Amino acid sequence: MQRFRIMWLYMAWALLLMIGAISATAWVRASGGGAARAADAVAPDPDLTPAPPAPPATRPSAGFKVSIDNFTFQPKEISVPAGATVTWVNHDDVPHTATSTGQPRAFDSRALDTDDKYSFTFKRPGVYHYFCKVHTHMTGTVIVK
Amino acid sequence: MSDFIENDRSTDGVDRRGFLKCMAWAGAGLVWAAKGGILQSQAFGADPAPLAGADFTFAQISDSHIGFSKGIYTDVVGTLELAVARINSLPKTPALVLHTGDLTHLSKPREFDTVAQVMRSAKAEQTFYVPGEHDYFVDDGQQYRERFGRGTMGIGWQSFDYKGVHFIGLVNVANLTNGKSALGVLGADQLQWLQKDLAALGSSTPVVVFAHVPLWTVYAEWGWGTADAAQALGHLRRFGSVTILNGHIHQIVRKIEGNVTFHTARSTAFPQPEPGKAESPGPLKNLPAEKLRQMLGLTSVNYVERSGTLAVTDSSLA
Repeated sequence: MQRFRIMWLYMAWALLLMIGAISATAWVRASGGGAARAADAVAPDPDLTPAPPAPPATRPSAGFKVSIDNFTFQPKEISVPAGATVTWVNHDDVPHTATSTGQPRAFDSRALDTDDKYSFTFKRPGVYHYFCKVHTHMTGTVIVK
Repeated sequence: MSDFIENDRSTDGVDRRGFLKCMAWAGAGLVWAAKGGILQSQAFGADPAPLAGADFTFAQISDSHIGFSKGIYTDVVGTLELAVARINSLPKTPALVLHTGDLTHLSKPREFDTVAQVMRSAKAEQTFYVPGEHDYFVDDGQQYRERFGRGTMGIGWQSFDYKGVHFIGLVNVANLTNGKSALGVLGADQLQWLQKDLAALGSSTPVVVFAHVPLWTVYAEWGWGTADAAQALGHLRRFGSVTILNGHIHQIVRKIEGNVTFHTARSTAFPQPEPGKAESPGPLKNLPAEKLRQMLGLTSVNYVERSGTLAVTDSSLA
């Protein structure tokens, strides 16, 4: 009887070793393919984890967004660096405009229907007040530094 | 319900008990007769005999917004056609139709084409238009004036006489500026013209003024008013009967001030919330589709020459 018990122990141990070996192999293969796997039974080997990609260089004309929601410009006031592009998107059921108040108009989106977009690049620093031509109580400001 | 005045206790022609009964009929249509500020009412559809002496009838429709399609409001052309069919089946065929603006939704050429096409089937002799901001804000009214501006002056104003009634079409959607509590602006040129236009008229001439944005402040927070209307109303003060017909707010609101009756019409396209009852004045949300037609409508006005009264009747498209 004791022999059988010892045999069982040996077999269980061998089985464990085999499973461990197979897992390790599979893990090494997967890591070798470039994919980092979370929740591994074995701690990841730092030499095999691919390095995260370098962050993209920030460009001054990266997009700024103004949402038109429920008859308001969100955000009502936005500060951007000179050279930046601001994009308005209309999420309302009705058309709106983003029209600068000065004359001659610095910018005028013209009619923006639902989901229409309008982009304007602000080259010169200054404070630009604007409004909606169809709903004149809707106002906003772009501050360009 | 009797259409005779039964309880005329104060002998001023107002049947207050009958008036209250008539108010219950408001949904189906109400006839209002304004004569020197005194109100008389009758249920629409009752015995038409009292109005039989009417010299002529004209209709007002408004805010057709051709090109709009959202939510349950997917057939603005269909509902405009329905309004025209109702105009054509009025007991007295209207002599003319007034469209108080927002013919189109985005001033697109094909939208204007559709309006013209549908209105051609109206039996009336002629339709007169004033633009709404939707007909104006895209290209400063160029498309609008090219197609509907014949016979108008300046930014699109006009006046004409019909059987002794003086009609004035005003444009209060040009010259928009920011941050004001009133969308409407008439401007100095138009006001100057208005003064001259009225100068030649006798004070007993009934005057009908039609313009898109209300010529009084219905709700400042949503821009429902005309900034310089006071000047226009000043020029109109001496007249014995002034009826001001507006649109823009897509619901019926009435006000009587002395000899002036203000009236706004329903839209033929979509209703808007009552002042302050929603966050913003867009198309009414959460309206069950089966209730749509009763929120849309047209207005007919009967002119009775003998008494000089103008009886304004609203009816829905239900």
